[in-house]
Amino acid sequence: MHQVEIATTQETLLDTPEMVLNMGPQHPSTHGVLRIILKLDGETVIDLDCDVGYLHRGMEKIAENRMYTMIAPYWDRLDYIAAVSNGLVWVETVEQMMGLVVPPRAHYLRTILTELNRIASHLLWLATHALDIGAVTVLLWAFREREEILKIFERQFGARLTCHAWRVGGMPNDAYDDFEADVRRFVSNFPKRLDEYETVLSENRIWLSRTVGIGVISGEDAVAIGLSGPALRGSGVAWDVRKSRPYAAYADMDFDIPLGENGDTYDRYLVRLEEMRQSRRIIDQAMDKLPDGPVNAKLPKIVKPPVGDYYHSIEGPKGEIGCYLVSDGSAQPWRVRVRPPSFINLQALKQMCVGHLVADVVAIIGTLDIVLGEIDR
Amino acid sequence: MPLVKVPKPKFIEKVQRFFMVDLLRGLRLTLKYNIGALTGSDPVAGKGIYTEQYPKVRPDVAPRFHGAPRLNMDPETHDTLCIACNLCAIACPEDCIDVIPLDIEIMVAGKPRKKKVLDEFIFDTSRCMFCALCQEACPTYCLELTQDFELATYSRAGFVWNREMLEQGRETVKYTR
Repeated sequence: MHQVEIATTQETLLDTPEMVLNMGPQHPSTHGVLRIILKLDGETVIDLDCDVGYLHRGMEKIAENRMYTMIAPYWDRLDYIAAVSNGLVWVETVEQMMGLVVPPRAHYLRTILTELNRIASHLLWLATHALDIGAVTVLLWAFREREEILKIFERQFGARLTCHAWRVGGMPNDAYDDFEADVRRFVSNFPKRLDEYETVLSENRIWLSRTVGIGVISGEDAVAIGLSGPALRGSGVAWDVRKSRPYAAYADMDFDIPLGENGDTYDRYLVRLEEMRQSRRIIDQAMDKLPDGPVNAKLPKIVKPPVGDYYHSIEGPKGEIGCYLVSDGSAQPWRVRVRPPSFINLQALKQMCVGHLVADVVAIIGTLDIVLGEIDR
Repeated sequence: MPLVKVPKPKFIEKVQRFFMVDLLRGLRLTLKYNIGALTGSDPVAGKGIYTEQYPKVRPDVAPRFHGAPRLNMDPETHDTLCIACNLCAIACPEDCIDVIPLDIEIMVAGKPRKKKVLDEFIFDTSRCMFCALCQEACPTYCLELTQDFELATYSRAGFVWNREMLEQGRETVKYTR
């Protein structure tokens, strides 16, 4: 299984023997219970292997024994930082399979809230990534802004992290009374905060030397591995599900896809910062266009999609998160398969790390933006 | 690894470094925030204290918050609103609700008829994931997830709430400032 063979012989006395280093599963910079077995020559990584599965809960199997409406809360617990986006995949898959027409207001609210969730997820990524590299100030700042978003979630959904935000056919509640004021206030404050992060990081000498040229992956390799999200766009490949297969209300929105050039850690950092600006733009537009009306479609008493299979994916903060659903016509799905962006992005770790130092492994894990709840499922 | 080139400092920058101007600037910013924290009251704008002084000051959670469960009672008669229909137990993904009904005979218009009433209600909060599906399933607005968020106990048995706890609520120590 997990074997990293090392050469123990020394040709000359001055040769250092190769060494195996276990990083994790209890390591603050692996962002969860991820164990990485590193093969080192001095301090340079020459090979590595990932050991995952410490957080396995068998969510796909659990879903086979639950009614369609009951599975949504389990989706929140995959990528718990982006629970709102994850929940959207599931309800949209079931809705499209059943041919339900969701009212436009629900679509717009879904767009606004998933974009807020994208900003929250990117802020948490920025905070932890900067902390791993050694910039502590940004952690406190980013959490301050994230708190504003979580407060909106708490008022709207009743929970801060695992929101259980959507129901099949629409939303559990309409927007709360001060929703527009809260979102507008966040949207107007946010660009100033982003500029603050940029002054601290973007031209910081330490930040540049820790990120520029680290974890380079070319666009071709990124596509071959199956990377998605900012990890792919940092390498200059313009692939965004919001543009190529628009869902919710994204077809009506005007936004750009930021692209990197070199595919290194610094480019992915810039791409994510720009994505937050674009998300803010989308929220602004969606708030202007927000239609009135109901937020729920008419739903049969028991949700039963027709016999068949269906694949639907959305652009989550980490990448393309998809759901492959096979139905046998009963009230419970026959098979649920998750396309996890974090797990597939993690496959690029070896290619990115080889040749770099151990300290850079920490930076590369941070730049891939993985969540172990989703990798292990 | 490409090296990042740093431009050579000019004379004025050297003088600034000698007198530690950047340090003083930083201290001024820190002082500004400190004074703002003591005097201001708008923490989002950087003035005032952002952190919450829990447990002495308890946060106001949103009205829609999913917290501790409660069985609502009729405010006048103090009878339970639960009709023992079991819909919440069916809706629960984690299967953590047990509704135990009791069959009683009542007289309706002079005829004896059987009626289901609530005998015992078991809610296992250790398995609950606060998705609020039970609250949405309840036809009489009896089961409700409240704003109470302090659910810790000293034993596993303490997580299992019975009907009395669900109706009366649980006593928690409230600290004050």
